[in-house]
Amino acid sequence: MIDFKKIEKDFPILSSQVNGNRLVYLDSGASAQMPRSVIERISNYHAKEHANIHRGVYELSERATASYERARSKVARFLNVKDPAEIIFTKGTTDAINLVAHGFGRPFVKSGDEIVISHMEHHSNIVPWQMLCEEVGAKLRVIPITDSGELDLDEFENILNDRTKLVAITHVSNVLGTINPIKKIVSTAHNRDIPVLVDGAQGAPHMKVDLADLDCDFYTFSGHKTCGPTGIGVLFGKRALLEKMRPFEGGGDMILSVTFEKTTYAEIPAKFEAGTPPIVAAIGLGEALDYLESVGMDAIEAHEKTLTDYAYQALQTVDGLSFYGTSESKAGVMSFNVKGIHAHDMGTLLNDEGVAVRTGHHCAQPVMERYRVPATTRASFYLYNQIEDIDVLVASIKKVQKIFS
Amino acid sequence: MSSKQIYQEVILDHCKKPRNWGKLESPTHKAEGINPLCGDHIWVTMNIKDDIVDDIQYEGESCAICMASGSMMTAKVKGKPISEASTLVENFRSLTTSPDWDDKDKSLGSLSIFAGIRDLPSRVKCAMLPWHTLTSAMKSEGDISTEGEHDPVPGSGTDRG
Repeated sequence: MIDFKKIEKDFPILSSQVNGNRLVYLDSGASAQMPRSVIERISNYHAKEHANIHRGVYELSERATASYERARSKVARFLNVKDPAEIIFTKGTTDAINLVAHGFGRPFVKSGDEIVISHMEHHSNIVPWQMLCEEVGAKLRVIPITDSGELDLDEFENILNDRTKLVAITHVSNVLGTINPIKKIVSTAHNRDIPVLVDGAQGAPHMKVDLADLDCDFYTFSGHKTCGPTGIGVLFGKRALLEKMRPFEGGGDMILSVTFEKTTYAEIPAKFEAGTPPIVAAIGLGEALDYLESVGMDAIEAHEKTLTDYAYQALQTVDGLSFYGTSESKAGVMSFNVKGIHAHDMGTLLNDEGVAVRTGHHCAQPVMERYRVPATTRASFYLYNQIEDIDVLVASIKKVQKIFS
Repeated sequence: MSSKQIYQEVILDHCKKPRNWGKLESPTHKAEGINPLCGDHIWVTMNIKDDIVDDIQYEGESCAICMASGSMMTAKVKGKPISEASTLVENFRSLTTSPDWDDKDKSLGSLSIFAGIRDLPSRVKCAMLPWHTLTSAMKSEGDISTEGEHDPVPGSGTDRG
């Protein structure tokens, strides 16, 4: 049994103060904090191990290369992927989705074809597909969502047709917290030979992701939402697809040979990693995944479920509070508004109490439009949060209400 | 000053009892202001006679900072020549964005409470929206949006995602 009280102590930033109050960090959905082991790994790399990778024949370069490739293997292990070559390092989830929109979309999506997304997508899983559709004359189809914030799966089946070239869907909604039935979505799409991309930015950090079981064709996530550094993300792609895709960027490290007449591209994953990658960020991510696995993804998911259930009850003691996203299948993301108080005023005044929450449209304007609100306040939880954090949140919201009363 | 104090001392008074709230029936000048980043959506309607702000009303849906800024703005510019209103817009912009700015002639009066917004860079746009909309109404440029406005506060958008 993991003592989650002790986990908090692994994160140096959580002992800091904001406006004379203990920092209560409830914005891990935007970016998670880093444990000491990751901070030290990054620092040690800079102090003792740095050199460019895949180039030098000297010891430092060999070691940096080995560390970078070890990080790739750790990601593969984390996602239960057998072949590390199917793991591409990117700048983040947004970059990973753009890579697929370019590398898969440009060559294989034609005029009249369709791409299917959902009404609960983050802008990063909307805009790249919109840009692709505009460019090639394809059509974007949107799976509707219910009042409780779940995908309308009947409508999903109706939308699929012979022109559908890809389904791109979020694993977990960053606003509503809904955990989507990915396995079912994948099997429905695969029955029609349609590949599926899963935006795992809010999924992979919070639960065990077994890609051998989910069987999606692409899966993406971000390092900084997974207790790792910014500037690094992951694209998993099935080998057969990655091999027939077009490279995203051209440059060094992604080639086999270059002449002025013709360039032959490198094998995957190098084909998609042009230029010097964020080496230290990849190594930091590998360390972060080690840390998360040492706690255990199932234990983390259970801890967050405890927090979410508690928060759901505790927040209901606030008069005039309404939730957005009330699915039974819900991760630790609570979006809400309190009657008569704009989310931005709420966020500013909660900051006075040391409470960090996200306010606004959460890069998901269609979700805001669906529920007819300009903005919401969002509290999101991670392994280092405690029941007391939620108590502070609820007490602080009540203080804000007093100011407005 | 904590943001709580700013809210308590002035802003909430104007939110609960906004001054000059509404839309003039047949204004000589009007503008709509939108901040797509936080969903603020406001209207400023004016009657300008002989280069004087004869009447001005303000209405919209917004956060408390935007609402209070709009309410206090209408009270401030009503009856003033439009040249003075334009100066007030510039002074208010300086107040909310330039740490070294000094309101020597006390032109802004009680609006000086908004100096505290400098400590909340992400909220400057909320406070500025009514003033941008006023400028727009005076020129009657039509709809305005604070997106792309060149405020001297880089990256002050509340929600760019």
